[in-house]
Amino acid sequence: MLDIRPILSTLKRHKVTAILLVLEIALTCAIVCNAVFLVRQRLDWMAMPSGIDEANVVEVRPVNIGSTPAMHARVDEALNALRQIPGVEHAALANEIPFGGESWNDGIKLDPDVVTPAMHVTAFYGDNLIDAFGLQLLKGRNFAPDEYAWLDDITSGRKDVVIPHVVIITRFMEDRLFHGNALGKTLYYGGEPMRVVGVVGDVARPSIADRSLTYGSMILPVHMSEGLGATYVMRTAPGQSDAVLKAAAAKLRELDPNRVIQRKRHYSEVRAAFFASDRAMAGLLVGVCIALLIVTALGIVGLGSFWVAQRRRQIGVRRALGATRSDVLRYFQTENFLLATMGIVLGMVLAYGINIVLMVFYELPRLPPHYLPLGAIALWLLGQAAVYAPARRASCVPPVEATRGN
Amino acid sequence: MFGYYLELALRSLKRSKALTALMVLAVAMGIGACMTTLTVLHVVSGDPIPSKSQRLFYPQLEPRDTDNGFYSKGEPPSQVSWQDGMALLKAGRADRQALMTGGTAPVQQDGSQAEPFFARARYTTADFFPMFEVPLRYGHAWSKAEDEARARIVVISSVLNNRLFHGEDSTGRTLRYNGVTLQIVGVMKPWRPHPHFYDLNADSYADTEELFMPLSTSRDLHGPRNGSRDCWGQGGKVQEDVLETANCTWMQLWVEIDDPEKVADYKAFLTHYSEEQRAAGRFKLPVNVRLRNVTQWLDYNQVVPSDVHLQVWLALGFFVVCLVNTVGLMLAKFLRRSGEIGVRRALGASRVAVFAQLLTEAGIIGLSGGLAGLVMAVGGLWLVRQQPDDYASLAHLDLPMLAATFAIAITATLVAGLLPAWRACQVTPALQLKSS
Repeated sequence: MLDIRPILSTLKRHKVTAILLVLEIALTCAIVCNAVFLVRQRLDWMAMPSGIDEANVVEVRPVNIGSTPAMHARVDEALNALRQIPGVEHAALANEIPFGGESWNDGIKLDPDVVTPAMHVTAFYGDNLIDAFGLQLLKGRNFAPDEYAWLDDITSGRKDVVIPHVVIITRFMEDRLFHGNALGKTLYYGGEPMRVVGVVGDVARPSIADRSLTYGSMILPVHMSEGLGATYVMRTAPGQSDAVLKAAAAKLRELDPNRVIQRKRHYSEVRAAFFASDRAMAGLLVGVCIALLIVTALGIVGLGSFWVAQRRRQIGVRRALGATRSDVLRYFQTENFLLATMGIVLGMVLAYGINIVLMVFYELPRLPPHYLPLGAIALWLLGQAAVYAPARRASCVPPVEATRGN
Repeated sequence: MFGYYLELALRSLKRSKALTALMVLAVAMGIGACMTTLTVLHVVSGDPIPSKSQRLFYPQLEPRDTDNGFYSKGEPPSQVSWQDGMALLKAGRADRQALMTGGTAPVQQDGSQAEPFFARARYTTADFFPMFEVPLRYGHAWSKAEDEARARIVVISSVLNNRLFHGEDSTGRTLRYNGVTLQIVGVMKPWRPHPHFYDLNADSYADTEELFMPLSTSRDLHGPRNGSRDCWGQGGKVQEDVLETANCTWMQLWVEIDDPEKVADYKAFLTHYSEEQRAAGRFKLPVNVRLRNVTQWLDYNQVVPSDVHLQVWLALGFFVVCLVNTVGLMLAKFLRRSGEIGVRRALGASRVAVFAQLLTEAGIIGLSGGLAGLVMAVGGLWLVRQQPDDYASLAHLDLPMLAATFAIAITATLVAGLLPAWRACQVTPALQLKSS
C-alpha cells in the first residue's frame, strides 16, 4: 500500500474529528445491519404462505338482520345459488379463513386423561373446504357427505345429533403430534375422540398468537350456519374473481334482502390487511436506513471538504514536489478507506451488541454472519462515493498553492 | 454582549451556507424522527382515565374445571362468565360496578329505506356511565331499573348522532339495531379513552363504540357479540343464545372502589365468593383471584405495541448519529477558524468569551434544527396517521411534546457544541498569529 503512514500521522493531528467520523460510521453500520435484518424478518413473515389457492379465493360475509328460521335450508339455497354463478368452481360457508383475523381455537389432546392439551390448534368448519380453499390432500381421504353435521345441531345439545368423529389435519400437526404418521390415529377435541382420516398441506391459522404454531390447523366435517363471523368462500376460475365477487354479493342480497353483506374481498385483501402493520414497519425501517446513510454520506462530504480546504497548502507542496493529481486523489480515498474500516470494525461489535439486546427484548434470532460483510461493503462504497467530490477538488489544487500564505 | 455574539454567529453561519444547512438538516432529521416516535409512544402509553385509573379495578376469578394452559401460568381467565359477573354485580360490594361485552350489528334509521350499515355497540349496565365519567351532550344514561326492565333504549355516540341526525338533539327518536327498534335516550359528547382499556379484546386502541345499550336488552334482541369467549368442560360447545348458563367466560366486569382501604376488602370478598363456589362444586380449581387497577391491567396486557418501543429506539439511534455528525462538522468548522479565534484572543477576548460565542453559534443551529425538526415531526406524524394500525389515528402533537421538541433540540445541540467550542478556545493566540 502506498502512503498509509503519512495518512495516519495526519489523522493523528485531527484525532477528535477522525474519531467522530469513525463513530458515526460505526453507529450507522450497526443500526443499518440490524434494521436490514429486521426488514428481512418482516418480509419473510409477510411471505408466509397461507396454503390456499390465494389467487382465486374470494370471500363474502353475510350478516342477517333479525331472526333467521330454517338456517339449514337457507345456507343450502345460498350455496347452490353461488355455485351456479359463472366462474365459481367451488363454494363453501366457512367459520374462518387463513389470516382472516377472527379464529376458533381449542386445545387438543392425544390422551383424554392428561390435563394439559398437546397443542393449541384452530378448527376450520365448512363444506368441502379442501376444494373451496384449494388445499392439497397429501394422505388419506376427504370427508364423506354423511360424516357432516350442522354446527347449530351440534351446539344445541340435542341427544339425537350425531357428532362428527373424523378430522383432517395439516402436515405440520401430523409431524408434530404423530411423528409423520397420523392416518387412523385418534385425537381428542372438546373431549370427543376424532379419528384422523386425511392429511393436507399446511394451512395457516386466521390469527397467530404463537408463530411456532402458524400451521396448527385442522378441518372438521361441520356445516356452518350464517352468523358468528361465518363467511362464504368461493374458489373461482382464473381471472374471474372480480366478476364473481360482484355477482355473489348481489345474489345473496337477492335471495333475502334482510341479509346484509358485511364485507366482500379478494384473498389478496385479506392478506394485505393481516400484514398491514408489518409492511408499514418494514417501510419505516427502510426509510430510516436510507436517511442514516444519507446523513453519514453528507457528514463525510462535509468533513472531507473541510480537510481539503484546510490542507490546500500541504497539497500544493506535495504537488510541487512531484505528486501527481491521482496521487492526491488516492491519498484522500485511502484516508477515507482507513476511517471507514475502523468504523466498520467498531460497527460490527456494536451491531452484535444491538442484536443481543433485540434478541432479549424482542425475541429476534441472532444476526446471521453474512450481514456483516454486506454492511461493510455498503459502508466502504458509501464512503468512497461520498469522498470522491472533495478528493477530486483536492486533486485540482495547483502546485502554486505551495507559495501562497495560507 | 449576547447581541454581538449573535451577530458574529450569524455572520459565520452565513459564510458557509451549505455546511450550515447540512448541520441544521441533520439536527432537524434527528429531532423530527425522535419527536414523531416519542409522540406515538406518549399517545399509546397514556392513561386512558387519569382521574380514576387508580380507583377502577378489574376482578378476575378462576371458574374453570381444568387449567387448559391457555392463559399464562397461574393466571385466571381474563374475562368472567355470565353467572359470576351477574353475582358480583348484584352483590354490589364496590362503590360502582358494571358488567359488559361488545358487539357489532347492522344499524338503520327507523323507517328509512337506506342500506343498513354496521356499527359497534357496547352492552353494559347502568353504572358504566358515571363510573367511566362518560360525557353526555343530550339526554341521560339509564338507571338500574331500566336494566331490570330490559328497556329498549340506547345511548349513541356523537359520531353516530352526526351521521344519522346531523348532530341535532335526537333523544326521543328511534333507530333500528339488528332489526329491533330502540329509543335514543342519550347522546354522548366525543369520548375516546385510549387505550380502549375497558375491553381489550378488539384492538387495544379501538375507537369508542357507537351504541350503548342495557346488557339485558342486548340479550333479548340477540345482539351479535364481538370479542372472545373461552369455554371449558362439559357443555363447552354452546350456542350464543344460551351463554347465560354456559361454562364460558366472555364478559368484562369493572368495579370502582373509592376508598383505597377497601380494596383489600373487595379482594377478600372475591376470595370468599370463589370459596363458596368451590364448596358448591361449581369451581374446581384452587381459588385464584386478581384485582388489578387500570394501570396494572394495561401493564399486564402489554398493550403498548412492541413495534412502538422499537421505533423509539431506532429514532434515538438515528438522532445520535445525526448529533455525532453535527459535532464533527462543528468541530471542523470551529478549528478552521483558529486564525480568527487567535486574533480575538490576542486582542483581549477571554477564553470564556470565545467559548460563549461559539456556543451561541451552536445554539442557533440547535434552534433552527428544532424548528425544522418540528416541521418534520408534523410531517412524520401525518405519515404515522396514514398507517393501518388503530393507534395511528391518535398520533397528534400536543403542547408538552412541542415544548419537549425545542428543549431537546437546543440542549442536544448545545451539548454537541460543547466539545468543538472547548477545543477551539484552547487555541493559543501567538501560534495562530505566527502561522498566518
